[in-house]
Amino acid sequence: MLSASARFTDDMPLRAGTLHAAVLRSPHAHAEIVSIDTTAAEAREGVVAVLTGADVKDVTTPFLIVVKEPMDQWCLAVDRVRFTGEAVAVVVAQDRYIAEDAVDDIAVVYKPLPAVISPLDAAKDGAPLVHEAVGRNVVSVREFTYGDPDRAFAEADHHVDLTIDYPRNSQTPLEGYVVVADYNRQDGVYDILSNFQGPFTVHPVMARALCVPGSRLRMRTAPFSGGGFGVKQAIFPYVVMCAVAARKVGRPVKWVEDRLEHLTAAIAAPNRVVRVEAAATKDGRVTALRYDQLDDYGAYLRPPMPGPLYRQHGVMTGPYDIPNMAITNRLVMTNKTPSGMVRGFGGPQSFYALERVMHRVAEVAGLDRLEVIRKNLVPADAFPYRACGGALLDSGNYQKAVDIAVGKGKLAALMKRRDAARKEGRLYGIGMAAVSDPAQSNMGYLSTIQTAEERKKSGHKGGNISFATVNMEPLGAISVTADSIPQGQGHATVLAQIVADQLGVPPDRITVNTEHDTHKDPWSIATGNYSCRFSSATAVACHKAAVEIRAKLARIAAQRLNVKAADIDFADGMVFARNNPGNALKLHRVAGVAHWQPGELPEGMEPGMRATGVWAPPELEPPNDQDQINTSLTYGFVFDFCGVEIDRDTGQVRIDKYVTMHDSGTILNPLLKDGQTYGAFAWGVGCALMEEFVYGPKGEFLSGTFADYLPPTIHEVPEPELYHLETPTTLTPLGAKGGAEGNVMSTPVCLANAVCDALGLENINLPMTPAKISALIHGEEPARPDTSTDKAGAGADRSRALTGQGSHTVPAAPEQVWAALIDADRLAAVIPGCHELELVGENEYRALVTLGVGPVSGRFKARVKLSDMKPPDAVTLSGDLAGPLGASSGSGRVRLTGVAGGTRVDYDYEVEITGRVAAIGGRMLDGAAGVVINQFFRRLTKRIHGADKTGDAGQLPFWRRLARKLGFGG
Amino acid sequence: MKPKPFDYVRAETLDEALDALARHGADARILAGGQSQVAMLNFRLIETEVLIDITRIEALDYIRIENGALEIGAATRQSDLKDWPGLAEKVPMLHAALPFIGHVQTRNRGTVCGSIAHSDPSSELPLCLAVLEGEVVLRSKRAERTLKAADFQLEMLTTARAPDEMITAVRFPLGDASAGHAFDEMNRRRGDFAIVSLAAVARQDSVRLGVGGVAGTPKVRNWSELRTGDIDEALNAFAWELGGHDDIHGTARYRRELVRRLGRQVIEEARSCRR
Repeated sequence: MLSASARFTDDMPLRAGTLHAAVLRSPHAHAEIVSIDTTAAEAREGVVAVLTGADVKDVTTPFLIVVKEPMDQWCLAVDRVRFTGEAVAVVVAQDRYIAEDAVDDIAVVYKPLPAVISPLDAAKDGAPLVHEAVGRNVVSVREFTYGDPDRAFAEADHHVDLTIDYPRNSQTPLEGYVVVADYNRQDGVYDILSNFQGPFTVHPVMARALCVPGSRLRMRTAPFSGGGFGVKQAIFPYVVMCAVAARKVGRPVKWVEDRLEHLTAAIAAPNRVVRVEAAATKDGRVTALRYDQLDDYGAYLRPPMPGPLYRQHGVMTGPYDIPNMAITNRLVMTNKTPSGMVRGFGGPQSFYALERVMHRVAEVAGLDRLEVIRKNLVPADAFPYRACGGALLDSGNYQKAVDIAVGKGKLAALMKRRDAARKEGRLYGIGMAAVSDPAQSNMGYLSTIQTAEERKKSGHKGGNISFATVNMEPLGAISVTADSIPQGQGHATVLAQIVADQLGVPPDRITVNTEHDTHKDPWSIATGNYSCRFSSATAVACHKAAVEIRAKLARIAAQRLNVKAADIDFADGMVFARNNPGNALKLHRVAGVAHWQPGELPEGMEPGMRATGVWAPPELEPPNDQDQINTSLTYGFVFDFCGVEIDRDTGQVRIDKYVTMHDSGTILNPLLKDGQTYGAFAWGVGCALMEEFVYGPKGEFLSGTFADYLPPTIHEVPEPELYHLETPTTLTPLGAKGGAEGNVMSTPVCLANAVCDALGLENINLPMTPAKISALIHGEEPARPDTSTDKAGAGADRSRALTGQGSHTVPAAPEQVWAALIDADRLAAVIPGCHELELVGENEYRALVTLGVGPVSGRFKARVKLSDMKPPDAVTLSGDLAGPLGASSGSGRVRLTGVAGGTRVDYDYEVEITGRVAAIGGRMLDGAAGVVINQFFRRLTKRIHGADKTGDAGQLPFWRRLARKLGFGG
Repeated sequence: MKPKPFDYVRAETLDEALDALARHGADARILAGGQSQVAMLNFRLIETEVLIDITRIEALDYIRIENGALEIGAATRQSDLKDWPGLAEKVPMLHAALPFIGHVQTRNRGTVCGSIAHSDPSSELPLCLAVLEGEVVLRSKRAERTLKAADFQLEMLTTARAPDEMITAVRFPLGDASAGHAFDEMNRRRGDFAIVSLAAVARQDSVRLGVGGVAGTPKVRNWSELRTGDIDEALNAFAWELGGHDDIHGTARYRRELVRRLGRQVIEEARSCRR
């Protein structure tokens, strides 16, 4: 990787004749597709095919979904688009450049429909429906009760109640999706090279959509991945899209997702509105929790969704001993990008609620926060501990972990630092968080969404199977393959270590190939890289395979060295009698026997030296009739505390100190484990302070670049202090738990608790942006001085719809101005960049315009309508624009008043802008709308003033002077 | 994210560049550093028939002092200006502002004049040009003219440059030794576009404050006499006049808040380094 020799999917060689795809995407959050005209695109030189929803509907079926509701999703939109960025058509061409040119040639007529963006709005009666056939947006509701929460709440001394609105975010890998699809007519096999990361539960979903048996969908991966974080799971609609395209054109088709596509349309962790309540005794013992969760899955429920709502289900009590719990899980659809797997997978949302409420319990009870955490942690002598929701916490010593962190991390000194800062009037706070870090998901957890009766009918699901193969060649070379589909975590290193430990050779002697090919390598539905599946899953399968090889070698050696197999040991490439090391054979000689002398093998032994380890831990049982579910195999423990200081002027949060303590069981490789922690911490900081996918009120997507969606950089992420405790799990032979997700769950809430502490807040939602904090600390704004006559600043408290108003004086009588506004020819001259204007109805025009600001401009089809006309006093102009840069609709009221020297034109407008320009240029949209509207009035002024001798271009200094003379724009 | 097709012209001399501009006019664009422009081409936010690369014109790669101003040629990279040894003494405002521009990597490619030509409302260099009352030298095959910052910067991304003209140099007046200078900006990550950027020049009693990021172009205010006790009131009035706007990084109110609060900081800092 560091020597730049890594080969990613995009680097892999292509079969001659491979074509390249580009995708046309919806600029609307919700619209009916009235028509798609692909003629011009198909006619462009170098274009081989253009596919739309109609094409995929002919040859595929909708993707299977978890909830039995009519919410069809296809790989290209059919009849309707339901989120900004939804794929509408795909162009297949000689190269990507031509394909993108042709995308701009496709003419789609949309009929925009009301969109629903907020999950709370979507859950209301009468909300616009994302899927009309379903008849509602809340597509699943399940209520769960464990113990007797009602009684616990009735008897509680304290009742804490918070509502959390957890935002949308994603850990945006450097590498986007890449698919190379081929279709072999001879055997009917779709051959797909992609960076799909699993889970392979999605393999049958893709095969079914393509109407082929699984054996005819060959999925392969490249040697390296540019990062996954769960996100690469949601590549599957594009796999199907490229497969269909490849079959249609009879050549391989390659598609590489770009950053704008990724941020707009790939995936987001579901945003969640949670009401969380805790019942507590006077001394801070929490006796019950109540969650009401509304999880937002966006426009489509892609398998394995709604995973994040259920993946934590068994461990919603976290690392605490809380015997009573009530949960209501509601799953809601909105007109946003479909949600999917993102690192933490429901954990960040769940633990934000739990750790915020634990923080509040301490405050309400007037107790020390650390004391409340300590008091509620599962006692060290209580393991194995069955949480009320069903999680089996097999091992741990949480108290000891907290003690180490508090001692080595010097919490007492941090407290003093806070006191000193506060004495100086600075805003300083301390936060804490304790979380369970689950690993290796139970494949049956999603069936908790069904009732016990439904589960009985559909069959109980559970388990998590993993495979790894160890192979020794005739001359002793050792190789390993596995089903972990690594995304850059260093699995190959650990697999080599595990095998090396068993066979007594250095790890660098072992060749590990982690590429995966469903036609050749073992896999199960659990295969893939997600939910910390490696260290307690594939690593164990590999260990089992290595143990098997070792046992086989030991038996062969024992026969030749005249000792018992149990007395054989391995070291330095030798196999020897443990109590007589001189009695030895070279390892490769022993392995060679299985290849060269099968007849001389011990009785009953099969020839060859290859073993596939299969690991399926029995603890991953299906949910029981009481809806208890052991959602994961192992549960690590993370305890964090931190100090933050807030800048009083800017509202910016600075992390002063961050301590994180992990018990991930046995650490297989300390360097790799710490790397995971640093990465998780960095994203945790991003979620806390910066990262959010932002939508406007109508579903316009506003964070399509890394200038607007803000992953933190090295400057914003301080180095955390790391501490470890190793309490091995008893459930696997390696003792390792998961360790890759902890801080994505603990850090956001730890920082939020610190900010609440600094500012004395009861609650806060993420991301904690400087603007949000500034509004909290700065109280009422200093008044606008009377002397200020400028109208600017009126936008202070409005939502994100672009609105504005202005006033110009035009040196002509109101009747003349009026005439210019309602006459088609004159209007054509006034509308900036108008090429054609035709009357299509009474006071209704269709126009072709080039609009923009400075060099940024695009061609748009425009419709303009004049209404509510009161000649010569007032008129409303409304209409919409559509072009490759995006779409816009809006209206403005224009009022004309005769004044000395002409007519004062007052106007106010409201515009919505959506599509590419909104996703990229958010910070300039407001200003740009004003500029374009000013252009209109300048031209109006110019037209009426009769100064229209030349075009606009190059004449700006003149108009600058005129504008100044008229008292605006100066 | 691929641009529309365009022709690429590598100009070896200024005359070649001007010839190409004269030929293609509004259908051509100058490529100086490309740190904004290439991304915008790829996003298809802008399109061009011809891209004229001027970065190899050696005669335009210079930093020199002439007629009481620091003149910087059109091919000069931002990093070269940042590392120019005399900068802190000659134009202290630029010395203060340059580290805020993007990142090391973008400064290594981005040019000083390219940033002025692009005229992004949040950019540091256009703000410096405005607050220092610098000049822009524009050349075409027809003529050469020099515009003051206020006449050059029209609105967001829009300047007075005619289609056949290119910026050949910008001039920043040399700082007067007695004045104090300060620059600061607020952004969410280091190197991001500023939510608000501020540049202050303090002389004996007067203060000149420029603010970027709140309007289409940098806005400058002069106070011939500004007593410490009046700063808050003066900044509040200025903040309300600027108004600000909402985007996903900050509300209009937040921008006004920054003008009031960081405005005070930069004025005080500028005053503290008066000599």
